[in-house]
Amino acid sequence: MSITEPVDLPLSTAPVGGDVVVRHRLSTRLWHWTNVITVVIMLMSGLMIFNAHPRLYWGKYGANADYAWLQIGATQANTGFLRIGNLTVETTGLLGRWTDSDGQVRNRAFPSWATLPQGYNLAIARRWHLSFAWLFAVGVTAYLIRSLVNRHLQRDLVPTAEEVKPSHVWADIKHHAKLQFPTGEAARRYNVLQKFAYLSVLILLIPGMILTGFTMSPGLDAALPWLLDLFGGRQSARSLHFIFAMGIVAFILVHLLMVVLAGPINEVRSMITGRYRLPKEKK
Amino acid sequence: MAPLITRRSVLTGLGFSTIIGGTAGLVLSPTFRDLVLGSGEQLAYQAHRLIGRNTLAPEFTAADMSPEFRTNGNTLPASSDYQRHMDTQFANWQLQVDGLVAAPKTFSLAALKAMPARTQITRHDCVEGWSAIGKWTGVPLGALLSQVTLLPAARFVVLHCADDFYGDTYYESIDLVDAFHPQTILAYAMNDQPLSVGHGAPLRLRVERQLGYKQAKYVMRVEVTSNLAGIGLGKGGYWEDQIDYDWYAGI
Repeated sequence: MSITEPVDLPLSTAPVGGDVVVRHRLSTRLWHWTNVITVVIMLMSGLMIFNAHPRLYWGKYGANADYAWLQIGATQANTGFLRIGNLTVETTGLLGRWTDSDGQVRNRAFPSWATLPQGYNLAIARRWHLSFAWLFAVGVTAYLIRSLVNRHLQRDLVPTAEEVKPSHVWADIKHHAKLQFPTGEAARRYNVLQKFAYLSVLILLIPGMILTGFTMSPGLDAALPWLLDLFGGRQSARSLHFIFAMGIVAFILVHLLMVVLAGPINEVRSMITGRYRLPKEKK
Repeated sequence: MAPLITRRSVLTGLGFSTIIGGTAGLVLSPTFRDLVLGSGEQLAYQAHRLIGRNTLAPEFTAADMSPEFRTNGNTLPASSDYQRHMDTQFANWQLQVDGLVAAPKTFSLAALKAMPARTQITRHDCVEGWSAIGKWTGVPLGALLSQVTLLPAARFVVLHCADDFYGDTYYESIDLVDAFHPQTILAYAMNDQPLSVGHGAPLRLRVERQLGYKQAKYVMRVEVTSNLAGIGLGKGGYWEDQIDYDWYAGI
């Protein structure tokens, strides 16, 4: 067993399955755990803010008399529902009407277990959301600068020409579907689906979240009016903010599933200490 | 052999301790929590003032206007004084402008309407998330303030209103940057009609770079102050005092 640095590795000491290697840089690890805190706080407080007006619109304006393309609510017949366009799904117990931990039935969009704070409090939810937004912004800025300088982005995250070939992508999809994870030396690198996932978060979801968030601010709309043109109005920006947030939730769920499937102790340890034991090659 | 304590391990330790310690402090200490949770408002206020004190809120065309502009908050002030004014179409109603000014003054509705007016089609954003676009006509607040001449200690403009919640009258306040902003008007007309009672007749504030709860309706008095401590419970507005809404509502 040897401990090796990830760069400038002489061929003679190329690691093999079972070796412990340094896998995640300090900047990556710090950003990851900063995100665990900021993203969870912002998602949960965001759901509470959504609860204040659980309707989404397209366009420049949108209020109760206007058509909402998405709505979560409770019916006269005391059932919870989620409506997207013309499609209505009954969601009693989960969305719109649910029972809180004290056994109290509530007509509210997202249930208390998913929101911060747990009870209805728009003022406090906004404070969590808009304070941690700054920490989130500092984190993503520091990470991006560091990762450009140490070439983490260029070297580890941008797929190679070989990797984006349909045959390679298709092979990787098949490996994932069969739950075959890379072993040995190959496990040191991100596979192409992983690269796509991380890059779509980094290039699409995070900038999308930040800019649609900006667009909802009447103060920033005055300073940066092009934001409204970019997203098609404040209510469209609010809808997109919610859609991007759901994209981040989907990413987190898949990410956690992959960590569990790939060996949670080894994976979590590598994100804390940086050190990762390469899975043994299949004989 | 590699040294036991390296620069890298010290930095790692510091980084993770900051994350863990910060979280623990936040959960355990109410003071720290207030400090952290209050930071967003202060940072946003400073940042917005830094990137542009006189940037104009987007203005829209008649085609962009909401077919229906909903009301919210109080829609009919309960005070008998207000109801008397309502019965006489606000003919005897007067706006009082006082506080840290050289020459306090009162203005009748007719006098306000005789002043140079500004009309703007702007978006009203409720803190809850909805938006409505409407057309407002009124007198720039800055023009009124110029008529009474602010004293050097003046820092805030407080709007005292006729409506109340459970006996506490509504009030709001803004800084002088917003008070003298060209789009900050005391509106007496909406969508080319005299302002309705539901929307704040006879006069309401439009401060277009902030959220709906700052747009005080039923304005009776404009008071210029040096600080907000002596007004209401001291946080600068009814909802700020009651349920901790941010005083700066530009976000």
